[in-house]
Amino acid sequence: MQVNESWKPTIVAFCCNWCSYAGADLSGTNRLNYPANVKIIRIPCSCRLNPMFILRAFQRGADGVILCGCHPGDCHYTTGNYYARRRMTLLFSMLDFLGIEKERTRVEWVSAAEGAKFAATMNDFVATITKLGENRRLEDLRCKE
Amino acid sequence: MQGVKEKALALLQSGTVDRVLGWKAGEFFYDLTPAVFTTAEEIENDFVWSAFSAANLSKYLIQESRKGGKVGVFLKPCDSYSFVQLLKEHRILRDHVYVVGVQCDGMCDIDKIRAAGCKGVTAVTEDGDRLRVTTLTGEKTVNKQDVLLGRCTVCKSKKIVEFDELLGEQGEELTSARFDEVAKLEAMTPEERYAFWRGELSRCIRCNACRNVCPACSCEKCVFDNHDLGTDNKAAADSFEEDFFHIIRAFHVAARCTDCGECSRVCPQHIPLHLLNRKFIKDINELYGVYQAGADMDTKPPLMNFTKDDCEPSVVYERGGAKA
Amino acid sequence: MKKLPIAKLPKLFAAISGEKTLYIPAQDASGVSKFTVWQEGMTLSPALNTVRSAKDLFFPQVENLMGFKVTGKQIELLEERDVTAPFVLFGVRACDCRSFDVLDRVFLAEPVDTYYQTRRENGTVVTMACTEPEETCFCGAFGIDAADPAGDVTCWMDGENLYWRANTEKGEALTAALTCLAEGGDDAVAAQQAQTRAVMQKLPLHDLDLSKFGAGKTKEFFARPEWKQLSESCLGCGTCTFVCPTCQCYDIQEFDNGKTVRRFRCWDSCMYSDFTKMSAGQPRPTQLERFRQRFMHKLVYYPENNDGLYSCVGCGRCLQKCPIHMNIAKVIRTLGEEAK
Repeated sequence: MQVNESWKPTIVAFCCNWCSYAGADLSGTNRLNYPANVKIIRIPCSCRLNPMFILRAFQRGADGVILCGCHPGDCHYTTGNYYARRRMTLLFSMLDFLGIEKERTRVEWVSAAEGAKFAATMNDFVATITKLGENRRLEDLRCKE
Repeated sequence: MQGVKEKALALLQSGTVDRVLGWKAGEFFYDLTPAVFTTAEEIENDFVWSAFSAANLSKYLIQESRKGGKVGVFLKPCDSYSFVQLLKEHRILRDHVYVVGVQCDGMCDIDKIRAAGCKGVTAVTEDGDRLRVTTLTGEKTVNKQDVLLGRCTVCKSKKIVEFDELLGEQGEELTSARFDEVAKLEAMTPEERYAFWRGELSRCIRCNACRNVCPACSCEKCVFDNHDLGTDNKAAADSFEEDFFHIIRAFHVAARCTDCGECSRVCPQHIPLHLLNRKFIKDINELYGVYQAGADMDTKPPLMNFTKDDCEPSVVYERGGAKA
Repeated sequence: MKKLPIAKLPKLFAAISGEKTLYIPAQDASGVSKFTVWQEGMTLSPALNTVRSAKDLFFPQVENLMGFKVTGKQIELLEERDVTAPFVLFGVRACDCRSFDVLDRVFLAEPVDTYYQTRRENGTVVTMACTEPEETCFCGAFGIDAADPAGDVTCWMDGENLYWRANTEKGEALTAALTCLAEGGDDAVAAQQAQTRAVMQKLPLHDLDLSKFGAGKTKEFFARPEWKQLSESCLGCGTCTFVCPTCQCYDIQEFDNGKTVRRFRCWDSCMYSDFTKMSAGQPRPTQLERFRQRFMHKLVYYPENNDGLYSCVGCGRCLQKCPIHMNIAKVIRTLGEEAK
């Protein structure tokens, strides 16, 4: 496979309002680096993430999609992330079943105190996607210009 | 199965029900249409129970049970699972329905009969395990087993879960090989799976038959029809939209799909849509414990439930299928 | 009349595809028959007809119309028309061939639909006479002779030969470029036609009576109580309209990728709940009205505007594909037989 040195993946990170979004904020105030190609979208809770959002993100040019929420047990709404966990497991498994690279989607639990974990997670995810290359299997050609 | 038509007649004449939901004769022997019968004469003339009464009548009860009076309905084992699932979701008014459970030994697929080399089919008579097919040009015999609907070849249960009255023997849940096809795909490499599904889904004409026939798809307004939400999508203008529709369709019925197989039966392009639903069922069974939608009224559906030690989504990276 | 031994069919296909893109009905990997671009080694599908009709080639399900690029206050119009090269459509059945007449009257009437027009002009239609109709066929009810289809070229095939007759200038031009065709075959074709016509008479739907329908019958059929029972089990899916060779309704939609807006059209179905929905609401609020619209259009409204021509060709696709087996034949029987 030809690796384009200058190519940078587009990553969409859905972050829950109460933990992970604050975690991202903390990593910023702590001057921790993570790649600028991570686009954060804030959602009220990890269980707000409709599977359609993930697919839409891929359609509109994302090469990887990551969901960050409160650690299981710490959900602001008590149990939202437990439901999200089941849904995402099934969805990711279905994407894999359709032959879409399973590394393109990920869930990480990041608390408001884990600025360092947020930055590390993003660095790692961007590296994974960079290695994986462009999203081809869930692309919409009409968005590729 | 004898006596189904007679039962329909008796229910109506005794006043047990005001109308009967069943299958109505068509132009040929196989093109039965679900229909509501209100008079004994209509039942005498047009009611048919045969190896082509494949249509699952349970979804019609959402509307029918709200029209006043009592409606009698005939449910095969697999239909009864859909019925209970709809009851569980409070979609059917149980008190307005009189359910007659009908035991079933498999429904036939007219396309398979045609594919077996019978052109211009005009009649079929059952003769034990064989079917005698009369065509415009002669007669031919086929094995019933070879022309069963795909879903019937891997029948999951002969049990009629809910009924007021039973015709024939109550059956049992079967150990079926229905997940073999899914396992076969899981064993492929992602590239092979991708190629397989592109081949299948690229044929989709977005007629929405799979969605509209599905007893689990009972939303008043489908997300794919909702213009105000901006998610409406009439045709797949790109391969992405083909995948998109089918992933979301299957996801929206995950843990509610009873695996009745209507989606694959009605697909004009013969896309094996049931495999998507079955993949979810198989995953749920493996990850969250065996669950059969529509088997009872009480068990919590897996996607409306959780345990604190559920597996993490990263389990997908390790399990199932050939590695990338 | 010209002929060619069956064994030489690949040679004929190669010769045609040397001139133009050639589409033939072929089976894909899963056995679904469809019009496919011919390539070396591809053979004709044994199925009587393709699942999707031949209208796809002239009126595709999705078609780009135009695009817009917005930069600041400037809007630039982009030509997004799909480029179509001359092509030959081989193996069209008599019913599908008649459907082109139905579509022509819609798309080629003023104002002319140039997207459709370009495809029609580029396409040469080679029809294939039927010999073994399905029980769902009823083209005869619309005066179509399956043993002698129209088209630019008409073909017949028996166990030994392919017979070839050019009908139009386009057909003659194609024939002239094909040197592998020999003269002869009139007797064999006549014999086959007689046989086919006899079979057609035996079809279960050959006696479908359309005489009650047609122009000026709106009042007679519109308020008939039977519509309720006929439409009752309709699922409201679009299968019948999408496999239909004459259904021609479409919707115009736009796709905005953030930089360019693309305007495209895609098939629409009168069976859908949002068909022709307007700001004022839904003109056909229940499935009864939608169902009635489809059949009234085929059997009454269209003939009204088009010299009595029905916009059904009796191909039988809806009979085979409707999930609940409700179809135009049942409608004609139910409404036609009781009309006095």
